[in-house]
Amino acid sequence: MNIWTKILLLSMAILSGGMSFAQEAEKPEMATGLKSNGMIYIVVIVLLIVFAGIVFYLITIDRKLNRIEKELKK
Amino acid sequence: MKKNWWKILAVVLLTYTIVMGFLGEVPAMFILRETIRNLYFHVTMWFAMQTLILISIIFAIRYLVVQGKVDKGMDADGKMKLEATKFDIISKESINVALVFGAIGLATGSVWAKSTWGTYWAVDDPKLNGAALGFLMYLIYNVLRNSIKDEDKRARIAAVFNTFAFMMFMVFVNVIPRMKDSLHPGNGGNPGFSAYDLDSDLRLVFYPAVLGWILLSVWILQIRIRMQKIIRIKEYNEYLD
Repeated sequence: MNIWTKILLLSMAILSGGMSFAQEAEKPEMATGLKSNGMIYIVVIVLLIVFAGIVFYLITIDRKLNRIEKELKK
Repeated sequence: MKKNWWKILAVVLLTYTIVMGFLGEVPAMFILRETIRNLYFHVTMWFAMQTLILISIIFAIRYLVVQGKVDKGMDADGKMKLEATKFDIISKESINVALVFGAIGLATGSVWAKSTWGTYWAVDDPKLNGAALGFLMYLIYNVLRNSIKDEDKRARIAAVFNTFAFMMFMVFVNVIPRMKDSLHPGNGGNPGFSAYDLDSDLRLVFYPAVLGWILLSVWILQIRIRMQKIIRIKEYNEYLD
């Protein structure tokens, strides 16, 4: 378990701290209590990787444009 | 790096949105349940889209103003014509990026509608049809542009159509749905954003998400404008050779 997983788990524990384990019949069924441990943080990590990839790609395009713009100025 | 601080801000805000969007607390509501988290990803697409069409109409009007001066013969050194061309490029590219975000908004809305309203497309919902019509107006904008060969004429007609399309989009999406019954919150008899706003958990993620997505869309817009500039300069150099 690396540091980022630990941070995520810790933040999850803090966030779910306020949630109640008891479910009342009249309330809508949310991902609280036992369901909060449904490994949603895996999805978050996957999405962060996807987003990091897209941002990296955008930065690459941005830098390439910078280089072309400099060449054109000459 | 100093000029690009807003790009860094966009990445930070969206990283925050992704983490808090899934792990943050949301209010417990019937039917919506966990799908309320789509607020950070579906609704924000339309905020980005409407920001881009606002940028587009501003530059369309600025184009018409500057081009009007050129027509009156006030352009002595040819700088005004250059500026007008620049405004036209910005106006056109904003629409292109807006169309991408609009398409994503339509698609994500459709998925969300299936789970909460029971259908991919609520046929008699004025907000959905309004958004589709508004989206089509901007597709027509591109068709119109591509059908005119003369550059001056193309830019002028496009700018006029742009102002028309913007007004229609605002009426279709932001006015009519509020007068009729719509399934969307804030329209017809439905409670508006104020109902969500009561919940500070949602607000805490929603506002940064809106700003983050808008900044990301402007970043993409900036890249497209710079590309167009390079293409123009290259064409000009080839013309000189």
